[in-house]
Amino acid sequence: MELLTINNVWMMICTALVFFMHTGFAFLEIGLTRQKNTINILFKNIFIITVGLLLYYIVGFNLMYPGEGFNGFLGSIVPGIAPPENGMTAEYADGGYTWWTDFLFQGMFAATAATIVSGAVAERMKIGAFMIFTVVYVGFVYPIAGSWQWGGGFLSSLSIGDAEGFYDFAGSTLVHSVGGWAALVAVYLLGSRIGKFNNGKAQAIPGHSIPLATAGVLILWLGWFGFNGGSVLSANPEATSLTLVTTCLAAAAGGVIAMITSTILYKNLDLTMFLNGILGGLVGITAGADQMSPEDAILIGAVAGALIVFAVSLVDKIKLDDPVGAIAVHLICGIWGTLAVGLFGAKAGFDQFLVQLIGILCYGAFCVATSFIIIYTLKKTMGIRVSEREELEGLDAHEHKMDAYPDFRLNEH
Amino acid sequence: MKKVEAIIRKSKFSGVKKALHEVGVNFFSYWDVTGLGNEKEGHVYRGVSYSTSDIQRRYLSIVVNDDFEEATIKAILTAASTGEVGDGKIFVSQVDEVYRIRTGEKGGNTLK
Repeated sequence: MELLTINNVWMMICTALVFFMHTGFAFLEIGLTRQKNTINILFKNIFIITVGLLLYYIVGFNLMYPGEGFNGFLGSIVPGIAPPENGMTAEYADGGYTWWTDFLFQGMFAATAATIVSGAVAERMKIGAFMIFTVVYVGFVYPIAGSWQWGGGFLSSLSIGDAEGFYDFAGSTLVHSVGGWAALVAVYLLGSRIGKFNNGKAQAIPGHSIPLATAGVLILWLGWFGFNGGSVLSANPEATSLTLVTTCLAAAAGGVIAMITSTILYKNLDLTMFLNGILGGLVGITAGADQMSPEDAILIGAVAGALIVFAVSLVDKIKLDDPVGAIAVHLICGIWGTLAVGLFGAKAGFDQFLVQLIGILCYGAFCVATSFIIIYTLKKTMGIRVSEREELEGLDAHEHKMDAYPDFRLNEH
Repeated sequence: MKKVEAIIRKSKFSGVKKALHEVGVNFFSYWDVTGLGNEKEGHVYRGVSYSTSDIQRRYLSIVVNDDFEEATIKAILTAASTGEVGDGKIFVSQVDEVYRIRTGEKGGNTLK
């Protein structure tokens, strides 16, 4: 078989794995929230993957990969997609995949950023407002942010001393922090769920299906084989194998350290922290999965696992209500993973660390500003929060007029 | 005739059932209930400790002839006890009449 065929098959498998991650996100989110909001969360997840893909076709792909003559900051809006002349030959992308696969693989990534926000705003945000936010954020903010690095923009050529450009292999910053920053802004503007803070103290609002949350995390881990493995952008044997090894070791280390940390701090074996630790490790390794030795990967994952436990409690302390821990997992560990490229592995060095820091700040500023403008505008016009009654009785009953489990009793809390 | 109602730990249900059978009580209804009581169950979720006063128990409703009352109560008292707070309660009340729906007959014979 010719190399392009082999490469392309691997990349299509990875595309399918990244698609499957949406199942994982959906399971995790509904598992960690209450049953009265299950339809609402699933609806958002299905909206994100369908509309996100169409938006990526309409504007996203061209905005994110402007090609020749890109000014480095803002691509142009060219509706639709059309393959270049050599798009299906080995000349395209060094023979790593065909142009069609390129579009679909990147399209699967695009929706992920909005899914991260979905979990953080769960159980209290108006679905209409969330849909509008998703359209603007996935359609425009994500591709513009992505173009700065993966589209050959200014961050990819930002050189300081020995460091040649910002580095984010599969998206600790470009995907996870981009979603995480918006989650932070959205949670701040939205306020906490009724009953989350009582006399200034954080209360537990247990999720309704820990088995689903567990399945979600394992599915996400499987999806990460494609997320990171596909980011090699070919089936290069050495690079793909190393990437999968570092990815899995970081996930394992993240889970174990989160488990140990939370057990020491809280004296109970909390499965949800164990699960979040795995995700933290995965997000953490994503920026440098192809640059690390197995030992580096374990260290990066371990730090991420500990960070998760402290970050979840920090988010509670500053009175932000993030039901699924999206800020801790995607923002905090996304930042950690991006900085880790300057601390561990083949690119480690002070100059690289500095470039990574600049990149993080650029993305932070852009994402906070854009998501604040979008959500604040929505708040002042159509409103972003459901009524108290809707929130207490559940978004399923009011926004959707449906029950996720019609044969089961509904808990009143 | 007496109605003996008992709220017991779910974990003690099979023991109570066996003890009731041993004293000849073979018919009764039961269902799972949630209630409030002196016992607080400590939980931790994502680093936040909370105690729930929602206590899960099983509720037994047993109607017996007067001569079975003492044995029924004794069977439950013995089989449902752990000695800790939260073992439950027994309520005894008078039952005016009992009918068997199939035949329409009434009185103590319908409980045999």
